[in-house]
Amino acid sequence: MANLSAMRQSEQRPERETSAEHFRGSAPLLAVRDVSKRYASGQGQTLLALDGISLHVAQGEFVALVGPSGCGKSTLLSIIAGLEDATSGAIALHGDAQAPRLGHVGYMPQRDLLLPWRDALGNATAGLRVQGVARAEAEARARALFADFGLSGFERAYPAALSGGMRQRVAFARTALVTRDLMLLDEPFGALDALTRAALQRWLGQTLARLGTTCLLVTHDVDEALALADRIYALSPRPGRVRLERRVPLPRPRTHADLAHPEIAALKAELLSALLDETALADAPREGGAR
Amino acid sequence: MKTADPIPRDEAKTGATSPAERTAASATAQQRGPSLAALAWNGYGLRVAARRTLASLSAVWPSAVAVVALLLLWQGYVVASGVDQQLLPTPGAVWSALTTQRDALWANTLVTLWETLIGFGAALATGIAIGVAIDLSPWLRRALYPLLVASQAIPLIALAPLLLLWFGIGMTSKAIVVTLMCFFPIVVALADGLRGADPELIKLFRSFGAGTLRVFWSARLPGALPALFSGIRIAIAYSVIGAVIAEYVGAQAGLGYYMTLKMHSFSTVGVLATFVVTALLSFALFALVALVERLALPWYYTQGRAGGV
Repeated sequence: MANLSAMRQSEQRPERETSAEHFRGSAPLLAVRDVSKRYASGQGQTLLALDGISLHVAQGEFVALVGPSGCGKSTLLSIIAGLEDATSGAIALHGDAQAPRLGHVGYMPQRDLLLPWRDALGNATAGLRVQGVARAEAEARARALFADFGLSGFERAYPAALSGGMRQRVAFARTALVTRDLMLLDEPFGALDALTRAALQRWLGQTLARLGTTCLLVTHDVDEALALADRIYALSPRPGRVRLERRVPLPRPRTHADLAHPEIAALKAELLSALLDETALADAPREGGAR
Repeated sequence: MKTADPIPRDEAKTGATSPAERTAASATAQQRGPSLAALAWNGYGLRVAARRTLASLSAVWPSAVAVVALLLLWQGYVVASGVDQQLLPTPGAVWSALTTQRDALWANTLVTLWETLIGFGAALATGIAIGVAIDLSPWLRRALYPLLVASQAIPLIALAPLLLLWFGIGMTSKAIVVTLMCFFPIVVALADGLRGADPELIKLFRSFGAGTLRVFWSARLPGALPALFSGIRIAIAYSVIGAVIAEYVGAQAGLGYYMTLKMHSFSTVGVLATFVVTALLSFALFALVALVERLALPWYYTQGRAGGV
């Protein structure tokens, strides 16, 4: 299992349905069961951010979580990455709730967070280096990915010299290199302008479909979810609850034209009405939307 | 046309080029291969270097004019007012004192330089150690910070005689004054720099499986280096003064000692000549630190030029 990413570098198309699936029966790659998160909000008060979230992601699947700002979706992603603990509930990788997730799950934040003192290659390999991969091997693996990511020729360029879209692709490469089974994307296009975002979404959809990476994307953009995901969960405003789960009826990767498909349009309307449900908004706490 | 120009910086500057343009840009970069991209990069580097040299010349120009104007004013005043040149010598007299007392000044400069370097080296080591320690331990931060601030309230001119009693008239007492004067800005700058690390970046490194020390070493410390260098620049500017004050209080050699000698023989011109040497020494050390900083943090300066970050 640990070698999956290594295999992916050597042969562009690894066999995804490897041992793990067979040995562990029908357990999905990621299972989130009844996860709640309660924060202390000062003066003995607590704030319920997530309320009994259950979801799953199968091997090779692309799942999107759509929700309004402040619904706790980024918190959920942090919990899945192992960066925060849930107040209650369980998270299992391959059916194993004890499986370590820090250092095993690829995590892609909204901002590229490139280190200004490292060149593109140094940034792309930052995660691998933390995980003890020797520099030469890490760089060889990153170089193999750079052509695919449209970064050839910019290996030695520093982040200050790269455009926003290129920086984000370096950040994607960094995440892809440390991803063993699951990649978590936390609004990865949020900091980009609209056109760069559209181009990068399309590129990401194609690249991830080709690599067969299992993904969980968090976004507030229904179109983004429809463009990229196999399956979509809609979350309610805080406290976050799963309000709706829908499968997107078209194969991936999708084109911009696919988004005009009547079935997709109908799905979009359904998702938006679930997300914009006025009654739910009225019950929801009104305090400002910290992500 | 941007796509015809393989220089990546231009793309970064304009920010949002259209996706089609960007794809085309990366496609041409791929065709040309890394060597051409590197070539373009170097060409760009040369242009930047040329522009910077011009920029630094134009930066030096006003201060040169100011210095010359000041010297002329000084000379003019002394000549015109007919003031006793024993009391206020002309710049020309100071210059001739500098040349005639060259050997004595040089020998004493070496002593002061040596004390400064030892004291500054100790300040650097303790400053970095304390800065890191109070960063890694909130308990130590709370315990040490008030002490550090209080230490800066001690007038060194009053402490120097005590140090003289405790450590003797040699170099040690001078080096200690320099250390006390220099370590504080280093501690504060480093601690603030480390504290300013982006929490999201720390989170990202933790997601890689990095522990506290790894996060510190790979993400936080390099990011704090520009702040650390700011502290070091402040410290080095003070360092020579520290040594001179300590020598002034009691010494057998050094620029501060030489100043007292000249003062006691009522040689104003000798004192002023020593001031000049002190200033030059401070300036040289400051320039050296600035040079080391440029060499150590090339990314920081290119970044600053590119986007004003």
